[in-house]
Amino acid sequence: MTTQNIQWHRRLTNALALGVITFFALIVTVPLFLILGTVVKRGLPALNLAFLTQIPVPIGETGGGMANAIVGSLMLLAVASLIGIPLGIGSGVFLAEYGRNKYGNIVRFTADVLNGVPSIVIGMTAWALVVVTQGHFSMMAGSVALGIMMIPVIARTTEEVLLLVPQAIREAAFGLGIPKWRTTLSVVVPTAKAGIITSIMLAFARIAGETAPLMFTTLGNEFWSVNPNQPIAAMPLQIFKYATMPYDQAHAQAWTGALVLITIIMTIVIVFRLIASRGTLKGAS
Amino acid sequence: MDAGIHVKDLNAWFGSTQALHGINIDMPDKQSTAIIGPSGCGKSTFVRCLNRMHETLPDTRVGGKVTVGDMDIYGKGVSAVSVRRRIGMVFQKPNPFPTMSIYDNVASGLKLNGYPNRSELDGIVESSLKKAALWEEVKDDLKKKSGASLSGGQQQRLCIARALAVEPDVLLMDEPASALDPISTSKIEDLIFELKKQYTVVIVTHNMQQAARVAEFTAFFLMGNMVEFDKTEKMFTKPSDKRTEDYITGRFG
Repeated sequence: MTTQNIQWHRRLTNALALGVITFFALIVTVPLFLILGTVVKRGLPALNLAFLTQIPVPIGETGGGMANAIVGSLMLLAVASLIGIPLGIGSGVFLAEYGRNKYGNIVRFTADVLNGVPSIVIGMTAWALVVVTQGHFSMMAGSVALGIMMIPVIARTTEEVLLLVPQAIREAAFGLGIPKWRTTLSVVVPTAKAGIITSIMLAFARIAGETAPLMFTTLGNEFWSVNPNQPIAAMPLQIFKYATMPYDQAHAQAWTGALVLITIIMTIVIVFRLIASRGTLKGAS
Repeated sequence: MDAGIHVKDLNAWFGSTQALHGINIDMPDKQSTAIIGPSGCGKSTFVRCLNRMHETLPDTRVGGKVTVGDMDIYGKGVSAVSVRRRIGMVFQKPNPFPTMSIYDNVASGLKLNGYPNRSELDGIVESSLKKAALWEEVKDDLKKKSGASLSGGQQQRLCIARALAVEPDVLLMDEPASALDPISTSKIEDLIFELKKQYTVVIVTHNMQQAARVAEFTAFFLMGNMVEFDKTEKMFTKPSDKRTEDYITGRFG
């Protein structure tokens, strides 16, 4: 074979491989844009100020909105995050820094199993634990269910990103006589900050749209309620309810609800990332 | 105070593999000792036993006695953390804390150990960076730039400054210049020359010219044993062991 033949052959292989992976990369983005496009197209017509400021109206009447569900969802997610983020990060740090043993393996296995439990089963568990004990449905019960769902996602991802922190960084701290707990807290965790934030965002986005765990816990509410001890409206529940009704007007409300929910989640994720990336030093990695 | 290092019957293991066999050595106070030998001979393991870093690796064991001044490093009730505060270490690959500024890197050993006088930190950071011959290059970026933004040679001097800030008695250096270019290497060597006036320095090196340049004493290690320990000048001119002679004349290793 001549030199030119080899070059021709290599160029063709390169073009083929590049073409194939570009094609696959495009395919991956198709479902996302289909979903976004459909939601915007169907949800935008019914989006107005009333939708964001009013509560649902009885079937048959026009107008009304999801203001109570928006507030309810934000409360649910806030309390779920208060439960899920500290427990998730805590167990992730334990797994990475102290969990190379039998007890760590048990925690790791449990987290993986919990991650695979269907969300409706988590909802039933929260029902049995909180609703039955309290004797009534409540926002708190729903937050417990969502918080539990966040834990394994954050724990396992946090573990992975902490293990990516080079051992040399830990040795540098040990070499200065810094105790292990302090090294973990002030050196290792800050080094993996970006990855830990990603894990929180993953878990947050995952639970924000969950409907099943709220069905037997938060229940839903047609009226204003911000009492954490009472049933509360939530966007996924409201969307589900409208989507399963046989009325066009209800369907339109469901699409708009989906659009608003996606926008809220995306906004929170982006804002959180911006806040978290502030104060990073020049040249920091 | 005296900070000579006295090692008696030191053994070290990785799992069931013995990496060091009965090392005996007395390194004098405020002198520098070079540890030379072929790869895998136990040089690094040896220095990591001097500040109890060996035990941070999984499934490792140490036996024997090491004293620095009056402190029995492996004595009952002596914590590894307190040992490492007195015996600083500089590693082969520069390892500044990537999320911290230059200033915080130098101050980290004090800050993270709960040093009470924050007002004195500025002075300590400055004097440590000056001792490490880095002050002039970074004084305008102390709190602006990350330690990781510096060049490799600067990073290594930053790591030296960081080790000096906690005011150790001993400085262990595990091939501190092997990842650096010749100019950075000569800066580090000049630095070691200065440092040994104040600290007991132990430096692991693959480079025998480097050992000859910076160390008063040299120890030759081979397969986990210490073959010979003597004044550097004598080691490189009239070694008493045949194996030392073979190694330094390049017959193996």
